[in-house]
Amino acid sequence: MPENNRNNKFKMIGKQSILFHNPPYIIGASSIAGKKEGEGPLGHLFDTVWEDPLLGQDTWEDAESEFMRQAAEKAIQKAGLSDNDIRYLLAGDLLAQLIASSFGVAELNIPFFGLFGACSTMGEALSIGSILIDGGFADKVLAVTSSHFAGAEKQFRFPLDYGNQRPYSASWTVTGSGAVVLSDQNSNSNGPSIRIKGITTGKIVDYGIKDTMNMGAAMAPAACDTIKTHLEDLNLKPDYYDKIITGDLGYVGSDILIDLLREYKIDVSSNHMDCGKEIFDPESQDTHAGGSGCACSAITFTGYVLKQLREGNWKRVLFLPTGSLHSKVSYNEGNTMPAIAHAVVVEAE
Amino acid sequence: MEYIKAFLVGGAICAVVQILLDNTKLMPGRVMVILVVTGTILGALGIYEPFTEWAGAGAGVPLTGFGNALFKGVKEAIDKEGFIGIFKGGFTASAVGISATLIFSYIASWFFDSKMKS
Amino acid sequence: MDKDKNVDVSKIVREKDVKTRNENYNQYVKQVTPKHSGFKNVLAAYLVGGIICTLGQFFINYYIYLGADKEMAKAYNTITLVFLSVLLTSVGIYQKLAKFGGAGTLVPITGFANSVAAPAVEYKKEGQVFGIGVNIFTIAGPVILYGIFSSWILGLIYYILKQFGVV
Repeated sequence: MPENNRNNKFKMIGKQSILFHNPPYIIGASSIAGKKEGEGPLGHLFDTVWEDPLLGQDTWEDAESEFMRQAAEKAIQKAGLSDNDIRYLLAGDLLAQLIASSFGVAELNIPFFGLFGACSTMGEALSIGSILIDGGFADKVLAVTSSHFAGAEKQFRFPLDYGNQRPYSASWTVTGSGAVVLSDQNSNSNGPSIRIKGITTGKIVDYGIKDTMNMGAAMAPAACDTIKTHLEDLNLKPDYYDKIITGDLGYVGSDILIDLLREYKIDVSSNHMDCGKEIFDPESQDTHAGGSGCACSAITFTGYVLKQLREGNWKRVLFLPTGSLHSKVSYNEGNTMPAIAHAVVVEAE
Repeated sequence: MEYIKAFLVGGAICAVVQILLDNTKLMPGRVMVILVVTGTILGALGIYEPFTEWAGAGAGVPLTGFGNALFKGVKEAIDKEGFIGIFKGGFTASAVGISATLIFSYIASWFFDSKMKS
Repeated sequence: MDKDKNVDVSKIVREKDVKTRNENYNQYVKQVTPKHSGFKNVLAAYLVGGIICTLGQFFINYYIYLGADKEMAKAYNTITLVFLSVLLTSVGIYQKLAKFGGAGTLVPITGFANSVAAPAVEYKKEGQVFGIGVNIFTIAGPVILYGIFSSWILGLIYYILKQFGVV
């Protein structure tokens, strides 16, 4: 890892990356999950699992807002803070006009930036949150994101009761919400402190895929581009990281990513991990290509990845969730599916 | 007898469509349109009606049968009432199917909610 | 086999022309994306579709037995199948059958009914007019539009040919 030149006014490095002078600490995190996610391989790691997909609300959209509200409150609580300690709240989701976020966080009364990065939102939120803290613009930032299977199906695919057969390449939108509290100071708890050392911001990458039932293929080139640029910017080899973690490329997308990177002589076959593959068991849960949605990477990161870092099983990970930036309208109008991947360097020390 | 024909023919039409769904990027909405329009065309060519006579529900129940019924309705309306029949016949023939679908679905919405998939 | 794949991938990565690169990528993706297990699906579709059509034949015969003429029996059969489809959709069974049967549930008129019942039940939370009313035909609308339109065009042709004494 290159030295940060503290005499340099700029913290930019390479083409798209930043190395922080005062890397923010992750002092709290939460994961609120739905029933299917609770029944998956990571189910026991989530803070709360809800059997009722409506969470007692009237609509899927209100339910998703409730997921988000709970994730936000839980993370703040676990950080030993209260709502008004948080300087900025960065949140986003998949729904049009980000209604899950806006209605979910409204009563927290925290200055709010709404973000859209599709399934890469957690990466985007952690990136911008870290910039705010390292830049001295905030001392505590909360990054939250959510997704809901029912809301996403209704918006992007079909009403729930429609009898369609999902192709093997289709993924299953994760129902849940994950939140992370970033701080300029370490928390008082025991164990290693976990810091965001740097970020690599993705560019929009479009290799011309038009198949909404194969999003892994649409997003793999974006992940490839961000990983390649990150390693070049920071002059690193992939084995610097214990894990290089993508969000929801799924089985098909992961294989494509490894193939694409190999052409650039970058081998991630031994340490690549994909949240979409980790969160569900394809055999017993019939989830085909794997999990997807903003919450897929979010709750895998907060529930599983942070735990591994805290327990010393991993020391350094590159977390880069990917997002597909299409809409129903853009798809119907014959456009392709441009994608993006935002990378965050997370290290335990 | 009839039930065997209905099973064999109806099943075959579905099997062909399944092959299409699996090997092309066709979405179900588009497939339904293709089926109904194929039915009207084959009906107009005078093929589908005799096919339905022979295969019974095996040809009538699939959406192609719906398309055929649409053309049949238009044709009969033209024969009976001339030019206006072109506009009258389609909806008249499909009235029962569309009304039943619409009305039962709407009533269902009074009593049922959509269910989360698992 | 791997060698072929590698050649394709390098054609993507080294390709400077964006259009060609994207075409190569799409071809490569098609190669590496597994398809549904073809034969099992086709068999399931055959089975389910065949059974639904057989059921339809049974209803037609039953209504004839009750005294209806053939056309009337077909009409009552349509009503019956539609009713059953809406009911099964509402209680969550039709969707499960569709997962297994695929085209077997999509092709018969029951698929059409399911495609109307599903949005009706889903969109009620957005209100009677702007929820259900606006969205109820969101999947089936094209079937009605293109069905009516194609029969209209063909009807027009038939009418013209009739005028010329051809039919």
